[in-house]
Amino acid sequence: MTTILPLVLENVTVRKRDKTILKDISLNFAPVGFTIVMGPNGSGKTTLLRLMHGLERPRGGSVKWSSSEREARPQQAFVFQTPVMMRRSVIDNIAYPQIAHGVSRATSSSKAADWADNVGLAHVKSIEATNLSGGERQKLAIARALINQPELVFLDEPTTNLDGKSTREIEGILQKAFNGGTRIIMTTHDIGQAKRLATDVVFINRGELCEHSPAEEFFGATQSSAARAYLNGDIVE
Amino acid sequence: MIDVWEGILQAFRLVYSLDRDLFEIVLLSLYVTLSAVIVASLIGLPLGAWLAVNRFRFRRATIALLNALMGLPPVVVGLIVYILFSRSGPFGVFGLLFTPTAMIIAQVIIITPLIASIAHQAIRDLWAEYHDLLISLTTSKKQRMKTLIWDARRSLLTASLAGFGRAIGEVGAIMIVGGNIDHVTRVLTTAIALETGKGDFALALGLGFILIGLAIAVNMAIHVLSKTERGGQW
Repeated sequence: MTTILPLVLENVTVRKRDKTILKDISLNFAPVGFTIVMGPNGSGKTTLLRLMHGLERPRGGSVKWSSSEREARPQQAFVFQTPVMMRRSVIDNIAYPQIAHGVSRATSSSKAADWADNVGLAHVKSIEATNLSGGERQKLAIARALINQPELVFLDEPTTNLDGKSTREIEGILQKAFNGGTRIIMTTHDIGQAKRLATDVVFINRGELCEHSPAEEFFGATQSSAARAYLNGDIVE
Repeated sequence: MIDVWEGILQAFRLVYSLDRDLFEIVLLSLYVTLSAVIVASLIGLPLGAWLAVNRFRFRRATIALLNALMGLPPVVVGLIVYILFSRSGPFGVFGLLFTPTAMIIAQVIIITPLIASIAHQAIRDLWAEYHDLLISLTTSKKQRMKTLIWDARRSLLTASLAGFGRAIGEVGAIMIVGGNIDHVTRVLTTAIALETGKGDFALALGLGFILIGLAIAVNMAIHVLSKTERGGQW
């Protein structure tokens, strides 16, 4: 199988309606790792993820995969902050990426049932997805993202607004996926979660890259003043 | 003045007596209307989905035109279809004038814009919600349309039922292209018009109540069959 990683961003700039969202960002994502992207609200975290996934186009600079972009796309998945619940059952939601990629209905349904079991949704697999709770919706979105066994998964604040139990369960699912070889890039505001999961941390503020360092280094001796203020709970200017 | 009560009694009398002519008219009404709804849905629903998903030049103008066509005057449609299918018209060779087929064609022209427009609005809203997910999953345009049509099926059923509602009560166009010929092209609405013209208001009103009952029965049957009102379903 062709690997799509490393992923390299070179001097990327994103502008929307005359406003610069990301400015001159250069990053290198190694083939293995659990990257946490941190930063205050409006710093450009979501845009950075969307840009790497191809949902946004850069105004300047480039996003380079080790394979072609065409090959890279099916090897990625994205879990949105507000998961989209398709108007169908839980099992059919999870199976959808398989069916979209030409897998037979029987095979995809059987695989989706396994995934529903893996993420703890087996008891609700036949009900309509819009009836799920917030935590269950995120689990469904993660199962749907992982069912095609992508090389890389982007997650945009997947545990926002969830209680401790649901957060722990989702972290468990993500940790399992990471241990299974899935590359993960995820945004979060939860410093505790970042400490628990991250192998490396990207910190951005006002659309500019402040720091990209191994997790131990980031939480032990943060270099940038913005990141230091953020970790101390101060207001980041 | 004719009593409404007399009309209701007349409707019961017609149904109770199992009037053969009445059942023939009812069956033809259903045949013409349901055929038109099926054909118009096959055209209108994918057209609505296509307009929602694709971006092209003059898209807004096309949608505005489609919305405007919802108000097509049936009499004008009937007249145009009449001219097209009359012996001297371009399609006169098919000999379809004064047949149920011509009535179906006229109704398809009237209700397709209505179905397509409602479908477009329903699918546009769903597309706004699904956009990032379906792009992220690298689906093809065909897959997106299929997914949106399937997931918007309840709203699309409403679109088709709106088309049914308009078609079952339509009289102007089918009167012109069908000719209201007894045992050939007479349907409930044209029969009502005829009886009203003859001054038999009680019978006209009775047929009217049967028409209303038929429209309600078909709508309810479709809702029950498609389980639209079940808790937590779409």
